[in-house]
Amino acid sequence: MAAVTETLETVDALAAQKYKYGFETNIAMDEFPKGLNENIVKLISAKKNEPEWLLAWRLKAYALWRSMEEPDWARIKHPPIDYENLYYYAAPSGPEPKSLDEVDPELIKMYDKLGIPLNERAALAGVDSPNVAVDAVFDSVSVATTFRETLSKAGVIFCPISEAVREHPDLVKEYLGSVVSIGDNYFSALNSAVFSDGSFVYIPKGVRCPMELSTYFRINARNTGQFERTLIIAAEGASVSYLEGCTAPMRDENQLHAAVVELVALDDAKIKYSTVQNWYPGDAEGKGGIYNFVTKRGNCKGKNSKISWTQVETGSAITWKYPSCILKGDNSVGEFYSVALTHNYQQADTGTKMIHIGKNTTSTIISKGISAGHSNNTYRGLVKILPGASGARNFTQCDSLLIGDQCGAHTVPYIESRNMSAKVEHEATTSKIAEDQLFYCRSRGLSEEDAVGLIVNGFCKDVLKELPMEFAVEAQKLLAVSLEGSVG
Amino acid sequence: MLDINNLTAKIGDKEILRGVNLTVPDGEIHAIMGPNGAGKSTLSYVLSGREGYEVTGGSATYNGQDLLAMEPEQRAAAGVFLAFQYPVELPGVGNANFIRTALNSIRRARGEAELDAVAFLKLARAAIKNLSMPDDMLKRNVNVGFSGGEKKRNEVLQMALLNPGLAILDETDSGLDIDALKIVADGVNALRSPTFSALVITHYQRLLDHIVPDYVHVLAAGRIVRSGGPELALELEAHGYAGLEAA
Ligand SMILES: Nc1ncnc2c1ncn2[C@@H]1O[C@H](COP(=O)(O)OP(=O)(O)OP(=O)(O)O)[C@@H](O)[C@H]1O
Ligand SMILES: [Mg+2]
Repeated sequence: MAAVTETLETVDALAAQKYKYGFETNIAMDEFPKGLNENIVKLISAKKNEPEWLLAWRLKAYALWRSMEEPDWARIKHPPIDYENLYYYAAPSGPEPKSLDEVDPELIKMYDKLGIPLNERAALAGVDSPNVAVDAVFDSVSVATTFRETLSKAGVIFCPISEAVREHPDLVKEYLGSVVSIGDNYFSALNSAVFSDGSFVYIPKGVRCPMELSTYFRINARNTGQFERTLIIAAEGASVSYLEGCTAPMRDENQLHAAVVELVALDDAKIKYSTVQNWYPGDAEGKGGIYNFVTKRGNCKGKNSKISWTQVETGSAITWKYPSCILKGDNSVGEFYSVALTHNYQQADTGTKMIHIGKNTTSTIISKGISAGHSNNTYRGLVKILPGASGARNFTQCDSLLIGDQCGAHTVPYIESRNMSAKVEHEATTSKIAEDQLFYCRSRGLSEEDAVGLIVNGFCKDVLKELPMEFAVEAQKLLAVSLEGSVG
Repeated sequence: MLDINNLTAKIGDKEILRGVNLTVPDGEIHAIMGPNGAGKSTLSYVLSGREGYEVTGGSATYNGQDLLAMEPEQRAAAGVFLAFQYPVELPGVGNANFIRTALNSIRRARGEAELDAVAFLKLARAAIKNLSMPDDMLKRNVNVGFSGGEKKRNEVLQMALLNPGLAILDETDSGLDIDALKIVADGVNALRSPTFSALVITHYQRLLDHIVPDYVHVLAAGRIVRSGGPELALELEAHGYAGLEAA
């Protein structure tokens, strides 16, 4: 913690830059025809040589999805999504690469440009993130996973989920859909039908994962949805810290991203899941950008287990996302630390659900919403205490910061307590960046934009300090860059 | 040299500065005294570029540069520093990070190399020691939870590190205990040089025992109504401002 705070304080002044991940990579792609039907689902499954049971699972999800309606309760507006005008599978042509040597050099170059080292030697030499294993997902497939040997020595499984289906079918069968059921919601049904790739992590009993694990998602292909699926299981006493980063090229049309992430923590296990979401947000007029409809949920299945979500959401035209914890095990702990920043015409409706089932379960929710421009930013949270959850405790703090007077901040907390011994606390504030704060900074030599960046970073500090160090620095820069043009 | 000529300014419809004339050559320290509401803080805000203060006439230049045409951060880069009468809290912003960001912004604007965290911390620790301040002043969030006196001392710490050519101290002595007063005065005196000048706004003669000014001016109802040597402060202490406005 001390080291992280130190880094926060020593981060360098920011270079002025716009969305810098907006470039496109030209490589030969295989795509299935546009639109969604049973055949597409079968094609995806066949392309990945999946077993019968998984195809059946997908088809069931597809049928369910067809019977469902897009949810409309969130505070977001968008023209109807034309699901028949999307590609559901896109991948670099040719056979799947077996090792890094077989990966298209154009792709390696792209990841270098994004600052994601796929070359292990370069990663080891790099001072930035020497101790992070990366799974890189490009459109619908995983193109490379690094440090697999180091990890397998520790007994850790870290591989594309398509590979896990083949190599570790029992684990996948047991846990896939066990936290987020197929029919949980419209987007989880869609994802279950067409999910293409994502990461699989298994930390065996008693193992502390020797390095940070990360998945880097990149949407490149045009009109293509990205539907990744991540499954992380920490067995008894295991622990892991997992990071997720995302970018996409700048395009005028909207692109759909509907992921599902499931976490399972058994007795005494700990999972820390951090996201820096920087999908293309659209331009200053609100044209283009990613529609990000994501279902993330963790099951604190075992006693004394802990799941901690930290997210910094600066990208996407629409963010619809509620990383949640089911606190089933006695004494289990759920945490949600969130920064959601919206600018221009971005819309975010994000928050969490903490479901207290076991005894003496505790949850903490810290949410920081920053709205600028014409954007709308909503915190939506549910704290639910079931009758058996005696001694349950929740603390929620929701702070909103407004920049300018064209934007909106909304807080929608739901509390349902069915146990008298439970303690639930909720605090909320809404503020504006004060003129005297800006003037104080500027009188010391800071530009107006740097001053806003500094004040916003200060506002988010309680969340940023939860991020692993490399991510904290990245996130700080991102916050400032995302606010460019918001003042003056 | 700071050169203020017939400066007038208003807030909303209210005229506050009504023709200020003042020249502070490099190397000199001038004290400004005057009754509550006379416009002393207004003058300091107008010189440092705060929004909401409308200049209606006159001029203010520093080393020949037209201050009134510059953004606040450009004035800082030109060497102007204001120690606030009411320092502002910045929640979540570490003091060291804040001052280093400020210093590097100024250095960048001047085309100088930026200081890395290590080099800065070395400077900052030395300054803290010179000012007999506790080390944790750097680690805490800017002014958050600081006592009144600590806030004022933090202004002096920032001044010491930003090393301005022209410092405007707006009642930096108010709320300080006797030892702190001495420390703050030492901080200003340490900056004294042929290229440094200061405007020291105060209500109390006792600060001027430690920072001996070259001139003392009385600002009343938006004008400088009297100027003199250090002895003027003693006279004011004895007789108050009665009768001065008419002068
Ligand atoms: N934002 C404002 N709106 C309206 N009037 C203001 C504002 N700020 C200052 N004033 C008025 O301008 C006048 C000068 O205020 P200023 O703060 O410059 O006085 P001062 O000389 O610094 O007083 P003190 O010794 O009490 O600090 C006062 O009458 C004050 O009420
Ligand atoms: Mg004043």
